[in-house]
Amino acid sequence: MSKKRLFVKGNEAIALGALAAGCKCYFGYPITPQNDIPEFMSRELPKKGGAFVQAESEVAAANMLLGAVSAGIRAMTSSSSPGISLKQEAISYMAGSELPGVIVNMNRGGPGLGDIGPSQGDYFQATKGGGHGDYRLLVLGPGTVQEAYDLTIKAFDLAFKYKNPVMILGDAILGQMKEPITPWEPEVPEKEAKEWCLEGAKGRPPRVIKSLYLEDGALAKHNLKLAQKYAEMKKEILFEEFLTQDASLIVVAYGSIGRIVKSTIRTLRKQGHKVGLFRPITLYPFPSEALQVLAKEGKKFLTIEHNLGQMVEDVQLAVCPYAQTDFHGHLPGNLPTPNDFEEPIIKALEK
Amino acid sequence: MTEKIMFPKPQVLANRPTHYCPGCHHGLAHKLVAQVLEELKLPEKTICVGSIGCSVFIYNYLLLDTIEAPHGRAPAVATGVKRARPDKFVFTYQGDGDLAAIGLAEIMHCANRGERVSVVFVNNTIYGMTGGQMAPTTLVGQKTTTCPGGRCKDREGEPFKMAEIIGSLGGTAYAARTALNDIKNIQKTKKAIKLAFRAQLEDKGFGFVEILSSCPTNWKMTPLQANERIAKEMIPYFPLGEFKNTLGE
Ligand SMILES: Cc1ncc(C[n+]2csc(CCOP(=O)(O)OP(=O)(O)O)c2C)c(N)n1
Repeated sequence: MSKKRLFVKGNEAIALGALAAGCKCYFGYPITPQNDIPEFMSRELPKKGGAFVQAESEVAAANMLLGAVSAGIRAMTSSSSPGISLKQEAISYMAGSELPGVIVNMNRGGPGLGDIGPSQGDYFQATKGGGHGDYRLLVLGPGTVQEAYDLTIKAFDLAFKYKNPVMILGDAILGQMKEPITPWEPEVPEKEAKEWCLEGAKGRPPRVIKSLYLEDGALAKHNLKLAQKYAEMKKEILFEEFLTQDASLIVVAYGSIGRIVKSTIRTLRKQGHKVGLFRPITLYPFPSEALQVLAKEGKKFLTIEHNLGQMVEDVQLAVCPYAQTDFHGHLPGNLPTPNDFEEPIIKALEK
Repeated sequence: MTEKIMFPKPQVLANRPTHYCPGCHHGLAHKLVAQVLEELKLPEKTICVGSIGCSVFIYNYLLLDTIEAPHGRAPAVATGVKRARPDKFVFTYQGDGDLAAIGLAEIMHCANRGERVSVVFVNNTIYGMTGGQMAPTTLVGQKTTTCPGGRCKDREGEPFKMAEIIGSLGGTAYAARTALNDIKNIQKTKKAIKLAFRAQLEDKGFGFVEILSSCPTNWKMTPLQANERIAKEMIPYFPLGEFKNTLGE
């Protein structure tokens, strides 16, 4: 285990995490603010005997990922919002075909071309399926550069554990922010896909990886199997609670916003305000039960997001009927600072 | 007189009737692919990338490890498979709507990169599976359900000549067009499939074979009339032959 500290951007931490996790193929298409990932991979992956392909589009990149993981290897694609929309067809096929692709979205402002600054406008797309059909991704929302590294490693493990695509949902803040990290080398299972991957039908019947189920009742059965898998994923729920115990107001925020809110909470605590932070780390499955426990204790809630209100719907579902959540949406176009959140938090607290 | 079976059934071809319409050439194309795979001793190391079209159930007929690619994306999926496992033999099997319309970007770039994969392209000048709509390969004047008055050159453009286009790309090692309308052309098709596969096996580059095929149902013809149409209407516009061959044969 290496104990060396590195000072890197979130994007680089994700690329480093992927390499440590044994990622063998990377497919991507340039888009700001995640270009450090393909640039890093084009340089480093071939040194490790892996393959880097700059695809002709995000559509192609996601389909290359579909092909690569069907062969049972660890592989990844990354992009930012407009590109992630283009990947949805293949992501839906991966969900339907039960394939372990890892997809990184460094969320930028939208809709449409939007801007290239940070945003959490893709929360719905990431956590409610995103493409067509009845499916979910495992979605991880790192808040720090170290967490970006750690959760990237986790993404590969979870993808293969559940044979399901996993999305890492970051944003332009996380991608561009430089922080010290301590990289570590996980144990990478060698033959984790031996039982199902495609490698030529030698000495066994052929394997078919598909999402088409036409026979009577077959798709219903497949959908139920997927639903059961999604229910099992609840075991993986992760969140951070910060000074929630004696708090009268819980601020719910994820990703880089969660991390910025944490600083606001520290400041407000010093001023004697009883506020705490609840930061979901798995965005799907969502930590609803933990939030409900806090709601039952009679706490107030404020959801803060870098959009006009998406996760707030999941928070509201989790805390009702014991509580309501207020909402504060930070608009795109500028980087929020801890100061920006003081007023809305105090307002919600005094309500 | 002894009978000689020209095309014995290969092991890798499943022993079951196909869902294809009478006179459809997909079944014959499958069989030729199966024969070539066996002659090159490939089935145990092959990963087939299926496409969306009438051949979507290819895995029911070719007993191979198979992945279903989204409509048009088979060349991208094949790229992923091959980059993940360069030691395997990887081929796609695609229709003309799949390859030359929605999947045009994927096929062009896959060929241009010189991916070590092979593509079997079945051109029946129509969207078969969805019920006979206009394809990018539909001949000028040909009637389909979405060009009921016949394809109009000024409105819909002229049909894509994919074998020539793919043959013009640097990454392509082999590109040819053949047909399945008679025994001679069937034998030539088999030869071309073999060369398209060998382009990959010998690490020369991308291998491509376009096969002019019939779709009697959507052409509203008998199988016999459909075969005649290939000779009379298709081959004059889509000339048969090799457009690139760097295999030295
Ligand atoms: C994204 C998407 N668009 C459209 C379809 C519908 N669709 C299925 S098959 C097909 C056309 C197939 O035609 P072709 O590739 O010529 O193959 P054929 O059926 O003639 O063998 C279409 C449009 C689809 N499955 N997915």
